[in-house]
Amino acid sequence: MNPQLTADGRLRHLLTLDGLPRAILTQILDTAESFMDVGEREVKKVPLLRGKSIFNLFFEPSTRTRTTFEIAAKRLSADVVNLNIATSSQTKGEAILDTVDNLAAMHADMFVVRHSQSGAAHFIARHVAPHISVINAGDGRHAHPTQGLLDMFTIRRFKGEFHNLTVAIVGDVLHSRVARSQIHALTTLGVPEVRVIGPKTLLPTGVEQMGVKVFHTMEAGLAGCDVVIMLRLQSERMKGALLPSAQEYFKFFGLTPEKLALAKPDAIVMHPGPMNRGVEIDSEVADGPQSVILPQVTYGIAVRMAVMALLAGGTTA
Amino acid sequence: MKIHIKNGRVIDPMNVRDEVTNVFVAAGKIVAIGHAPADFHANRTIDATGLVVCPGLVDLSVRLREPGFEYRATLESEMLAAAAGGVTSLACPPDTDPPLDEPGLVEMLKFRARNLPGPRVYPIGAMTQKLEGKMLTEMAELTEAGCRAFTQADAPPTDTQVLLRAMEYASTFDFSLWLRPQDVSLARGGVAHDGAVASRLGLPGIPALAETVALATILQLARETGARIHLARLSTRESIAMVRAAKAQGLAVTCDVASTHVHLSENDLISFDSHLHLVPPLRSLRDRDAIREALRDGSIDALCSDHTPVDEDEKQVPFGESAPGASGVELLLPLTLKWAREMGVPLMQAIDLISWKPAQILGVPGGNLAVGSCADICIFDETAEWVVTPKALASQGNNTPFLNHPMQGRVRYTVIDGHIDFESLRF
Repeated sequence: MNPQLTADGRLRHLLTLDGLPRAILTQILDTAESFMDVGEREVKKVPLLRGKSIFNLFFEPSTRTRTTFEIAAKRLSADVVNLNIATSSQTKGEAILDTVDNLAAMHADMFVVRHSQSGAAHFIARHVAPHISVINAGDGRHAHPTQGLLDMFTIRRFKGEFHNLTVAIVGDVLHSRVARSQIHALTTLGVPEVRVIGPKTLLPTGVEQMGVKVFHTMEAGLAGCDVVIMLRLQSERMKGALLPSAQEYFKFFGLTPEKLALAKPDAIVMHPGPMNRGVEIDSEVADGPQSVILPQVTYGIAVRMAVMALLAGGTTA
Repeated sequence: MKIHIKNGRVIDPMNVRDEVTNVFVAAGKIVAIGHAPADFHANRTIDATGLVVCPGLVDLSVRLREPGFEYRATLESEMLAAAAGGVTSLACPPDTDPPLDEPGLVEMLKFRARNLPGPRVYPIGAMTQKLEGKMLTEMAELTEAGCRAFTQADAPPTDTQVLLRAMEYASTFDFSLWLRPQDVSLARGGVAHDGAVASRLGLPGIPALAETVALATILQLARETGARIHLARLSTRESIAMVRAAKAQGLAVTCDVASTHVHLSENDLISFDSHLHLVPPLRSLRDRDAIREALRDGSIDALCSDHTPVDEDEKQVPFGESAPGASGVELLLPLTLKWAREMGVPLMQAIDLISWKPAQILGVPGGNLAVGSCADICIFDETAEWVVTPKALASQGNNTPFLNHPMQGRVRYTVIDGHIDFESLRF
């Protein structure tokens, strides 16, 4: 049984895009579309979540994701509380459940959770009272479903359809929760060819069983692509046993105008941010005409509003 | 105490006996099978009609958690749990706190265990001091104190020279080393089998290579030193094939697997249930099926529970942060029976894997029902159905991946050294 769905198939939590039906993904994207104009109104608010309490529960530091969730919740008129809990300062684990129980006692309606351990959001979702919804804002290497959804929203806005696309995801797939969520969303929405490109040290064992084609060179992997998604390379992984240096990585897997020319002329370039310019992406590409990296950020708010609204039971702006 | 076990289906793998008959026990020994000896007046008659009477189980890995981890479980609770599981002899690994690395600790454990009802406790000594993998323990002294073998438990040696020296030293005295093959650097940081499921779930992986690379080293050193090696908790198809080949070449090695790994695989991890966080990790279906087949063809010598009671708080955390291990001494019998039913394996062969064969590996009395042998007997109902719940388990550890699973086969009586140490009240 899917822990994310209610008995009648509605969204109860958003923990991962793995196994979510296409109809629900589409419903979220359509709902996000209806929220797009809220950000442009003079009063950037709708009263959909008035009186609801949303707790941003960040066990791992984040500024960007937390801020977009906060803006999304406030535009829905919810009350937002931010909690940054550094795991290192607590006896791990026990603290999670204690924290969750305490916040539930303050009549929380929704938890937005980020944690360094894969499965942490599932774990919390298993323990919360039935009226509380959990949104996974990133758990370990496992999932970052709202990022995956906003990427789909971006692709749909620029490309219209999914069924005729070739999409390449480039870089550190092994450690990337974003890549996993993107792969599940892309395959569920009917993208016929999803590719991953990277050195063998940065690709997970058996990744092809997630429905992707594996490439080890940009030349082969980018050829004919409609969408190129670059992944962030964490600085601690730039030197060591996974990669010899950031320079060598950029030379072979960084996205330059020359490499981008291998993709289709109208290909779009995406990046979940924050970017390492000169490591995974050249500034000329990041700021160039094919880049949709800033629109991604804008859409992120509408998508997160849509997820919160659907979890709270409403759908219209 | 004289006991007449009446009319049970007596299964004794060592003596290739499988018949409905009587067993007579007096003064801690089996004194007759079939007809009562002259002047035998039973103090207690057990009607075993419809029940199986077999040698008491011998479990090669049961963590009793003393000394040092009493918050997880106590000697009392776990010895009772073992008796409730039909276990009459158990090997206790040294990963206590402090580890069983000096004779005083071993003597204390044996003394405490002797004064409690429950199975015979055979400590396995630490191979190196503090299990640090650096300096050898006083193996000869520890053997005199009661250790049956030496092991690093789940702290495999990182220094191959130390492993070589340990084998040389142990083989000097013909001591046995029990080793779980795992290359520490290849397993570093991992919490699940490095395969498609862990990749999907984003759980850091432990490759099958971590086991086979270490196993190749162990086998090569064993050939060179002639040390007696028992390989504990194999988990991959390739390592089973390697052990099979080594045996075929005449190397005197034995091996066991944990009963969890006979039934579960990486596919069960999909819900992130930390009760499935085990050591070694649950591997692929292909590996699990290889284990099931190797148990049938005899390539694997014994099944054990690898009983690891863990405090519930240590499991109520995300998968990767949870303490590994499963409580299981009470599930060894039903999980073995389940495997036998599913594989069409005769009951005698299944019982052999949890009684006579492990008794030989451990080198202890029991594991058989020959006249004159010690009266260690398990009497169970092969057809009894029950559900695994915290209430149904005597162990202090409720951490089992089989929680709420139905089981078939339940122990009714456990006779240890001629005494009824466990008797099921509910029929």
